[in-house]
Amino acid sequence: MRWVLAIAWLIFLFSIPLWLDNLYFLHILIITGIFIIAAMSLNLLLGYTGQLSLGQVAFFGIGAYASSLTSLGFSFHILPNTVVSLEPKPVWFAMLMGVLFASLCGWLIGKISFKVRGAYFVIVTVSFAEVVRLVALNWLELTQGPMALNNIPYLRLGFPGLGEIAFIGKVPNYYLVLVVAILTYVIIQRLVYSRVGRAMIALRENEPLATSVGVDVTRVLVFATMLSAGLAGLAGAIYAQYVRIVDPDIFLFIYTVTMVIMVVTGGKGTLAGPVVGGLIFGILPEVLRGFEVMPEVQWIVYGVLMILIVYFLPAGIVPAMRAWLPGQAGHRKERDDESRAAAEMRS
Amino acid sequence: MDQLLQHVVNALILGGTYALLGIGLTLIFGIMRVVNFTHGELYAFGAYMMYAWVMLLGVNFIASLVIAVVLGIVLGAIIEWVLLRPLRGADIDTTMLVMIGAWIAMQNTEQLVWSGVAKSINTPFPADPLVLGPVSVSWTRVFVFVVAILLIIATYALIQKTKLGKAMRATFQDREAAALMGIQIDRIYTATFAIGSGLAAAAGALLGPVFVVYPTIGDLASLKAFAIVILGGLGSIPGATVGGFILAFVEEIGAGYISSGYRDAMGFLLIILILIFRPTGLFAQKERIG
Repeated sequence: MRWVLAIAWLIFLFSIPLWLDNLYFLHILIITGIFIIAAMSLNLLLGYTGQLSLGQVAFFGIGAYASSLTSLGFSFHILPNTVVSLEPKPVWFAMLMGVLFASLCGWLIGKISFKVRGAYFVIVTVSFAEVVRLVALNWLELTQGPMALNNIPYLRLGFPGLGEIAFIGKVPNYYLVLVVAILTYVIIQRLVYSRVGRAMIALRENEPLATSVGVDVTRVLVFATMLSAGLAGLAGAIYAQYVRIVDPDIFLFIYTVTMVIMVVTGGKGTLAGPVVGGLIFGILPEVLRGFEVMPEVQWIVYGVLMILIVYFLPAGIVPAMRAWLPGQAGHRKERDDESRAAAEMRS
Repeated sequence: MDQLLQHVVNALILGGTYALLGIGLTLIFGIMRVVNFTHGELYAFGAYMMYAWVMLLGVNFIASLVIAVVLGIVLGAIIEWVLLRPLRGADIDTTMLVMIGAWIAMQNTEQLVWSGVAKSINTPFPADPLVLGPVSVSWTRVFVFVVAILLIIATYALIQKTKLGKAMRATFQDREAAALMGIQIDRIYTATFAIGSGLAAAAGALLGPVFVVYPTIGDLASLKAFAIVILGGLGSIPGATVGGFILAFVEEIGAGYISSGYRDAMGFLLIILILIFRPTGLFAQKERIG
């Protein structure tokens, strides 16, 4: 039953560009998909380890900048006479660099801030995002500052039997985002049901107990942060080669808030949560725009919604839906996680 | 050397208001275990109230300052009453999400009400600066410094000498035991949040006329307050006081001698150093896992 549903979903998602000829709406779907990937990466931390990262946009932006710079090539002075430079590299390699660099930053942040947990991690990540924004704004030689990186090359990939595909325009990018989103979903699913994933959930539920049965808490947390940062960086790299311009505004805190609200609304610590939340908050701005709502009002709506959801739907939409539709077989494990998360929220 | 002296004086003056910001935040965290993301918005609120009363309504400068602080206290009490009271006993992440929601809603309300255009506030002080040898300071800054120091002293006196302060300290040490001794915890919480918010509003009302006021000033204020509080140790009031001055010094020296573009990044640098070398902060007595 679950399999049929999943395959029906996939067929539907893959068929969208075949019958939807509204390019603007396809663009909205692409951006929404990129945000869903980022939200899934945030969910790995917030939902499964219980650590709130408010710097997710920093990893996203680092991925975008690192991949753009690698594909454009760069040179800058580290000393007045010493220049570091790089020739333009292929885009697939550049995107890989974006992911690696973002996860490296995630590793560093995790390493430093998980000496003490909770509030410290939140504050370190939120400050980190601000510092990265300042670097992007001020390091003119490397990032062009507010002039932005322009003409970022698009991805070209050779496929056996298909020849080389250039990811330019909406339809190829839609498929790129869709495939990466599915891969991200599968990676997180595999991880959550693995030994490491169980360790993450265990330490979220009861850290002293997890430690006492031999979970190396700090290591698990640093690993989760690194992976989460890498996935956010991947979303950023895809974003950069799709919109082909990156400026320091990519680091605005409001994007992190968007990711947080997607995860919290959909249901943190559930696999489908970020997808459901991402779809809602990807489409909502367009609906609000239909009513000619000013952007400020949109953000006020977001803020108020976030508060209301914490009060009235603390576990998020997906667990609430599951509770409404009883009798679904299978995946008891995931449901157990969710009910425990819900119990934790209520306590 | 003269330049250095000027930087030191500037840092001292800025440090007073930073300390106010930090004390307000650390008080709220220490007693309520709430990471208050609306702190910066209270700062912005104080600055905008100053603008409204001085520039729009033409009220006397000092009176406006008092009004701004009082309104900040009232707004803080309302936030605590409406948003945090129903969440009593919830874990720290839950309250954090609510405070982030409140932060976004408040900031964009400010944007809506006051528009994005930066506002400046006139002061009644003479335009000629106070010149002491090689150092010159505007009278507005001198006023800001004096008021900030007075407010810090008043806060200490409130916490050390009054009955309310005693109850706050007791709640800080052990909430259950304090409740058993007949302390009304809910009232202490509201008072704590109101006082903390009032201090943030005071910092905003004091620095608003020194700089200009725009809707996102609260973001930087929040980040700086976080840095100060981590520097001093979450929950430590002396730590926040000293941390405020340290941050101001590092920012001033960093902006003067390294790069002014990275002025606001100095706080992060301090956080990283503290977390590497002394994770519980300079003044925390015991290990705290927030």
